[in-house]
Amino acid sequence: MIITVNGTEHRIEPSIAEKSLALWLREDLMLTGTKIGCDIGVCGSCTVLVDGKALRSCKLKLKDVATKNVITIEGMSAADGTLHPIQQAFMDCGAIQCGFCTPGMVLSTYALLLENPAPTRAQARSAIKGNICRCTGYQQIIDAIMQAAQQMREG
Amino acid sequence: MKYTSDGVKAFRNDAVAKVTGTAKYTDDYTMPGMLHAAPVYAPIASAKINGIDSAEAIQMPGVLAVFTAKDIPGNVVFGQIIKDYPTLALDRVRSTGDVLALVVANTREQAIAAIPSVKLNLEEIPALFDPELAMQPESPLLHPDHGSNVCNYHCVRTGDIEQGERDSDIIIEQEFKTSRAEHAYLEPESALCYLRPDGVMEVLGSMQHPFSTRRFVASTLGFQLKDVEVRTVPMGGGFGGKDDTAALVCARAALCAYLLKKPVKLTYNREWSMRESYKRHPYTLQYRMGLKKSGKIQFVKVRMVADGGAYCSVTPWVTWRSTVQCCGCYEVPNVHCDVYGVYTNNVFSGAFRGFGSPQVNFSIEQLVEIAAAKLGISESEFRRINMVHQDSVTITGQKLDTHTVSLKQAMDTVLNEVDYEAKLPLCSFGNKDADEWYGIGYAISYRGMSLGAEGTDFNSAIVNIQPDGSVLLETGIHENGQGSESAMILILAEELGIPQELIRYRFPSTSNIPDGGTTVASRGTILGGGATVKAAELVKQRICEGVETALGIKGCTYSKALVFNAEGKQVADYFSAIQMCYRKQIYPYAFGVFQAPRVSWDEHTGHGNAYFTWVYGCQAVELKVNPKTGQITLLNMLAAHDMGKAVNPAMLAGQFYGGMTMGAGYGLYEDTPLQDGNPQISNYHNYRVLRSTDLPEMTAYFIQNPDPNSPSKAKGIGEPTLELMAPAIANALYRATGVRFNSLPLAKGVQDYIKGQQQ
Repeated sequence: MIITVNGTEHRIEPSIAEKSLALWLREDLMLTGTKIGCDIGVCGSCTVLVDGKALRSCKLKLKDVATKNVITIEGMSAADGTLHPIQQAFMDCGAIQCGFCTPGMVLSTYALLLENPAPTRAQARSAIKGNICRCTGYQQIIDAIMQAAQQMREG
Repeated sequence: MKYTSDGVKAFRNDAVAKVTGTAKYTDDYTMPGMLHAAPVYAPIASAKINGIDSAEAIQMPGVLAVFTAKDIPGNVVFGQIIKDYPTLALDRVRSTGDVLALVVANTREQAIAAIPSVKLNLEEIPALFDPELAMQPESPLLHPDHGSNVCNYHCVRTGDIEQGERDSDIIIEQEFKTSRAEHAYLEPESALCYLRPDGVMEVLGSMQHPFSTRRFVASTLGFQLKDVEVRTVPMGGGFGGKDDTAALVCARAALCAYLLKKPVKLTYNREWSMRESYKRHPYTLQYRMGLKKSGKIQFVKVRMVADGGAYCSVTPWVTWRSTVQCCGCYEVPNVHCDVYGVYTNNVFSGAFRGFGSPQVNFSIEQLVEIAAAKLGISESEFRRINMVHQDSVTITGQKLDTHTVSLKQAMDTVLNEVDYEAKLPLCSFGNKDADEWYGIGYAISYRGMSLGAEGTDFNSAIVNIQPDGSVLLETGIHENGQGSESAMILILAEELGIPQELIRYRFPSTSNIPDGGTTVASRGTILGGGATVKAAELVKQRICEGVETALGIKGCTYSKALVFNAEGKQVADYFSAIQMCYRKQIYPYAFGVFQAPRVSWDEHTGHGNAYFTWVYGCQAVELKVNPKTGQITLLNMLAAHDMGKAVNPAMLAGQFYGGMTMGAGYGLYEDTPLQDGNPQISNYHNYRVLRSTDLPEMTAYFIQNPDPNSPSKAKGIGEPTLELMAPAIANALYRATGVRFNSLPLAKGVQDYIKGQQQ
């Protein structure tokens, strides 16, 4: 079984097929940008993109994402380090405080904008409903989503 | 000034790392040979420990050791005020958060799997869960050494309370109850400790008080402070909650690492975090207030009982703030205030953003509206009659004459911006014919800045300018996620007149810089920023000295990255001045100290200059209630606070929005029900924090009266923003439903009321 993570294919031994995707990313691939906040799929800190959909990696087993394409926060910026417009918007808008929710927020935003390039603020709010942030009150995260959407539309 | 995000770019020194996932939090670190620990909790809240049998557990796969209190080489108990918290419980269980043993295994899963195999031989003894009962003299003592279940007592005696009674035309009485809120920081506690070859126990951990953590670790191991180095890595939220508990987690990991001579990680899961970590103190507050028909408050008599739970933690300090601020931001000539912090077998209570003020504000900001209604005058008029103003004397005898008292400015800003008077007639007051009930409400406060008479209040900063002109900065303040490092960088950049890109905030360590106290009490910017300004002043003198020596002149001055001679002519720019310093062997290095202005306190009378400066604020909310379901929808939230100076506007706005949100969550939903002392919350599915869709758009208004007591002119903002939304919502709910809800959380009160009406 093959799982593609940030463009790289990984061959998975059947013996670890039941392992949690979040733990595999963190422990085996050392992609520690994926955070574990609740481990029961309700806080959104471990959000990754699986074939373009924002999913909770703590609730997924490796067998659930066999043959699929996984993008983590480490896969968001370009190879030369250029930040994705969503990342830049989070920085510019003050959407980051403690930063623990940030990777999941960025990926939920990415999933939203893949589906809806021109969301309203209410739609942006809805898109991050599953991602808890205890620091910011979400407002500047919404600002960042709107700014990122605009910049991505304008290319 | 209304904050708008247009054209404002936030500055954070850690933003790239955090937004790319490369920022490494404690649990993201691993070390070769690293082992994992897991805690074994007490299943009941009160018991004698007859024995702990680890024979079976030690046989479990991967398990290397099971440690108990008997393995602790240093002190078993520790604490910031009263040393009553056992790092591992020795002979007695006082709370279901007590850890009796630590299982250490090759993997975390193995350690967790072995927990049930540790056999606890406990003999249950009667528990005390009600603070009022615990206070009775005949109740058994939780801590016999303390001699009482009253952990601490504070009072205020001002004026003549009997005269106040006689002078009053109307007297009102009201009891309020507040909830046991959980910090619910997104990153659970975590520590990674290892004994270095040089004999130093190095601690990586998620905590907001590295120096306190160092004391906990050193005490547990029997080490000197120099032999423990705490390095603080990014922390996933604290809000006051990563003080004692976080330090205990570090001490436990350090104990295992010391005994096994291997790196040991102890990362909490959410269930452990919610079970063990301290909560916001639930209070019962009984107020009696006397009023003149003219609207002037004649007296306040108040008794508060705070449930401190099983251990002291910082209960004496939390309740002290409640004492000083017991009458809210009002002038009251006669005050009789008694405040008790009480030991019970409940999960313990400790520091939480707001620190003793949210409970008081929830009560007093409703009480003044109840009073105004009794007198038949508007709540705003009543507040204006009684609020503190420039040169007012507080109930503890402190004259507010060292800074701008901007309470009225804050209140007027919010009421004008929300158009309060125009919206009052729209309020439903439980109108039976309405499909939805609309309400608007607000609250005001003042808040003493920083620690006040809780403790010594000083901080230091090191500015170390390198030969190429780049700068290493560090302070005794800790980055909790609020952006303190960025604020310090901006303050230093302004002082030196150099671009912020030239400044790097050095990786913090307790071995780098003197103990600067804990990063709590909204003291980061005011104390750390103050120390940064002091260090900048000194380093500018050093730079001038370097230029003077190099050029053989006297009387140089530094201004905006340029050095001028005595005649005011420019003789060097920043970079050439630094080169001159190094050439002449004068280090452009400075150690700056900011010592907060003196405060005073008399414990017997409750009098003194409690805090060296104060901040003022007002928050308002509009909401609607569904009369059938009781569902509450927040429609609009806004806040105005005087923080002296906006150092980093986007991050400052983040403190506003985050504080309002946490305050709204505290007001509406947040509570930790207990069953025989044990928290009945275990994760975010049964502890409701506000999500994005629970919130309206928010507006922040910055009031900037530079504070002469602060070298940077800035004051604090973290806590003022949290302490007002709960009473504002309570006042709005009153105008929506026509009913006063005097207990937190409010949503439960509204639900119960609606259900009662339907029956």
